[in-house]
Amino acid sequence: MDGFFQHLVWGDIAQATLDTLAMLGGSLVLTLALGIPLGVLLFLTSAGQIDQNRVANRVLGTVANTLRSIPFVILLIVMIPLTMLIVGTSLGVAGAIPPLVAGAAPFYARMVEAALREIPRATIEAAQAMGATRFQIIRKVLLPEALPGLVAGGTVTAITLVSFTAMAGVVGAGGLGDLAIRYGYQRFQADIMLVTVALLVLLVQLIQWTGDWLTRRVDHR
Amino acid sequence: MIRLNGVSKRYADGTAALENIDLTIPAGSIFGIIGRSGAGKSTLLRLINGLERPSAGEVLVEGQALSTLGAAGLRGLRRRVGMIFQAFGLLANRTSAGNVALPLELAGVGWAGREARVADLLERVGLADKAQVYPARLSGGQRQRVGIARALATAPTILLSDEATSALDPETTRSVLALLADLNRDMGLTIVLITHELDVVRAICDHVAVLDHGRLIEAGPVGEVFAGSRHDATLALLGEER
Repeated sequence: MDGFFQHLVWGDIAQATLDTLAMLGGSLVLTLALGIPLGVLLFLTSAGQIDQNRVANRVLGTVANTLRSIPFVILLIVMIPLTMLIVGTSLGVAGAIPPLVAGAAPFYARMVEAALREIPRATIEAAQAMGATRFQIIRKVLLPEALPGLVAGGTVTAITLVSFTAMAGVVGAGGLGDLAIRYGYQRFQADIMLVTVALLVLLVQLIQWTGDWLTRRVDHR
Repeated sequence: MIRLNGVSKRYADGTAALENIDLTIPAGSIFGIIGRSGAGKSTLLRLINGLERPSAGEVLVEGQALSTLGAAGLRGLRRRVGMIFQAFGLLANRTSAGNVALPLELAGVGWAGREARVADLLERVGLADKAQVYPARLSGGQRQRVGIARALATAPTILLSDEATSALDPETTRSVLALLADLNRDMGLTIVLITHELDVVRAICDHVAVLDHGRLIEAGPVGEVFAGSRHDATLALLGEER
């Protein structure tokens, strides 16, 4: 047993990679599904917009800001009882998804809101002047016009989720971060650390390239 | 015909945008509303399609009082009243054809019906060859033509123009105004336009109303108002260009 890569067990690494991808995929889908409506609501209820509502905007904004201001490692731990309630366990991939979504959805919602703010006032007013309903304005104008921003924000969110999944390893979620901490750090197995970090870097690069490509494709501004 | 009876508009903070406006806009006319920025032109225009609601008074469009319309009635009215904007208001992520098709989609017109109508409208504004081009690749004048085609998609009888040529150079302005004049003549379209430029009023309007600090100073046929005015606000507007 010698050589630098003596500790590598490829089966473990493959499993950890799959766990990371499962956590990322599951939490990203739910983050987008919650973040987009929340971002739309934050935008529509803000001052000067079509559903201006100061109370609703304050409440939503406060919830989003509170969740965003809790460091993710802390959120993981304080959410354990709620996570147990939602998915029946606080361990493994399933146990990681609720805190991941709670951490990332408000973050994404703010990016959705910012993307919607880029739409010129005249564009929304034109839709109103055409007799569009509120739902039509959201579906036919707001979301399609903000699509490049939604994709770019989704890319940043996905990358943030990758680093969140590594932290989720702390509470026994599995995945590449967990492997790096347990073997690479706690048992001084530098080869495992190196390989897991390399895989995480590769994953982030892939997300960024795909996101950039997709953003360019949908942007006609 | 559009009729404003004693219309006032005050905002929540107490500022008055319009005060006690009585105005009749005859069907088939090209009616200019002129005034400096802050005179209330923009608010007045938006009262006609219900984007703004009056604080007092009544707005009637083709005999229908806007205050009697619910949300659905108001949407129906807006399909009969097109609107174009200084900033165009085109969707950046839709082609020219896609933009013109939007009001038809909103009105529930099927794909087949939309396609023929969109082609006709783009032809009408001289952009048949730009159907698949995105707004970012069009000139200002072309963008406004797409805006006009889009405003006409649901076959309105009234077109509201919010400083539609203010962002365009003089030559492009002339060609867009010529298009509006053609549409007025050929389709009997009533055009209400707001502007701060006298040249625009002179070029195509048959009637003009002068607005100053939220008050209607005078209104009437363009020749009479400009030749015979005794009002300071009108004379000031006329004087600015001498």
